[in-house]
Amino acid sequence: MLHGLTTDQRDNLLAFARFTDEHLLPHANTWDHQERLDDSIIAELAAAHRLVPTLPVEAGGTGMDAVTYGLLSEELGRGCGSVRNLVAVQGMVAHAILRWGSKTLADRWAPAIGTGSVIGSFALTEPEVGSDARNGTTTARRVLDGYEITGRKKWISFAQRAGVFLVFARLDDDPAAFIVERDSPGLSVSPINGLLGLRASELGEVHLDSVVVPESNLLSHGRLTFDLVATSSLDYGRYSTAYGSVGLAQGCLDASLEYARNRVQFDVPLAEHQLVQQALTEMVTSVEAARLLCRQAGQMRASSHRDAIRQTLIAKYFASRAGFEVAASAVQIHGANGVSADYPVQRYLRDAKIQEIIEGTSQIQQVQIADLTLART
Amino acid sequence: MGADSKARIREFVLDNIPETELADDDDIFERGLVRSMFVMQLVVFVEQEFGVQITGDDLRFDHFRSVDRVDELVARKLASV
Ligand SMILES: Cc1cc2nc3c(=O)[nH]c(=O)nc-3n(C[C@H](O)[C@H](O)[C@H](O)COP(=O)(O)OP(=O)(O)OC[C@H]3O[C@@H](n4cnc5c(N)ncnc54)[C@H](O)[C@@H]3O)c2cc1C
Repeated sequence: MLHGLTTDQRDNLLAFARFTDEHLLPHANTWDHQERLDDSIIAELAAAHRLVPTLPVEAGGTGMDAVTYGLLSEELGRGCGSVRNLVAVQGMVAHAILRWGSKTLADRWAPAIGTGSVIGSFALTEPEVGSDARNGTTTARRVLDGYEITGRKKWISFAQRAGVFLVFARLDDDPAAFIVERDSPGLSVSPINGLLGLRASELGEVHLDSVVVPESNLLSHGRLTFDLVATSSLDYGRYSTAYGSVGLAQGCLDASLEYARNRVQFDVPLAEHQLVQQALTEMVTSVEAARLLCRQAGQMRASSHRDAIRQTLIAKYFASRAGFEVAASAVQIHGANGVSADYPVQRYLRDAKIQEIIEGTSQIQQVQIADLTLART
Repeated sequence: MGADSKARIREFVLDNIPETELADDDDIFERGLVRSMFVMQLVVFVEQEFGVQITGDDLRFDHFRSVDRVDELVARKLASV
């Protein structure tokens, strides 16, 4: 939908769509099946400055505005949910370090992540602590040469590939965030395989067994580590997930329209059966509505509008749920082909469920949106 | 800073908490008035409204406790640009 975009944004959108058609859609089912992204796609994203395009140019980005970043996230989501997730996580980690870290940390890591020479992981969730992330049990203590961290982080996207982790832990009973390098003694990663969706996101469980990091790797300590550092990263990720869900739903709609036009049953294309038309109407309406909410959130983010955070929550909540419903309809319209590995819609359906869990489950968002809305006067 | 900046900060805080009155030295967190997203909202507001950038050096919860404290933070940031 090009309406309301500037000429630059339209041009960018067309370029993003071409990238998805040429570089993502032909391979996404394979990556899903092999539970891994090809190294070459990461190199291509890096070469196009699209790993963390919102970083400033000197840090490997293009200073991309929030609206355009949303358009990119939509197109990546239409192509491959795990690529979209990779780009989101790189942005979350790189921006957290650039914004909240010392100059030394920022100089060392933001350009490295922005240019793809190192992959970052955002390590907040633990085996026993997910939605209640504030109360993680990974612990750090001061030692002679820095801090010693012990604990476990689970469901960490791209942990299998990451060279650096942003690890949240407790220090003196307050939240803290640390930069932990992959080759630190005591750090190990066990791959998590066989997931329902986002299977190419190379998830891992990160074990930290008395891992010592230098003092300078402490990114933040104190209550704001959660209330500002973690929450801003999640807000960034949520915007990407919201738009990614729109892209996923658009992919489902495109596939369903094509299938309904071509598949003949009872001597006419599926598209001529009114119940199929009804399903298509519900799908297209959901896609357009979700996209409009994302657009609104994007415009508010671009102007640092004071309601941008709540609008992003609303967009993610609506779009992720719409994505799942649209994907379920797409599979239904495709019949048996819908559940076959030869078609993309089964992958979209599996990926769609994940969007309702990451960066705050739908239930947590129901609580957050109501809270923020009730607080307004 | 001054009465004007404090008024703008106070208005924003009041717009986002379920209360209609607030003294400039009231601890908005101690009174349990705000939720986990509020600091982030406050930072977005302060940056936009006063054209400053909150960075790692400002990551102290105390800076955000009351209208007075936020105003002091803004004044410090403006003085250093
Ligand atoms: C593919 C994938 C990638 C991920 N990547 C990362 C990553 O890179 N980094 C990272 O740190 N984490 C990551 N996660 C973890 C993700 O953020 C958590 O799964 C999520 O926060 C939910 O936590 P949980 O799974 O422990 O569920 P729980 O918190 O145990 O929740 C279980 C159920 O209870 C509900 N529930 C919980 N509390 C409440 C409540 N107060 N009111 C109502 N309902 C409630 C939830 O909505 C949910 O339905 C990833 C997860 C997946 C699946």
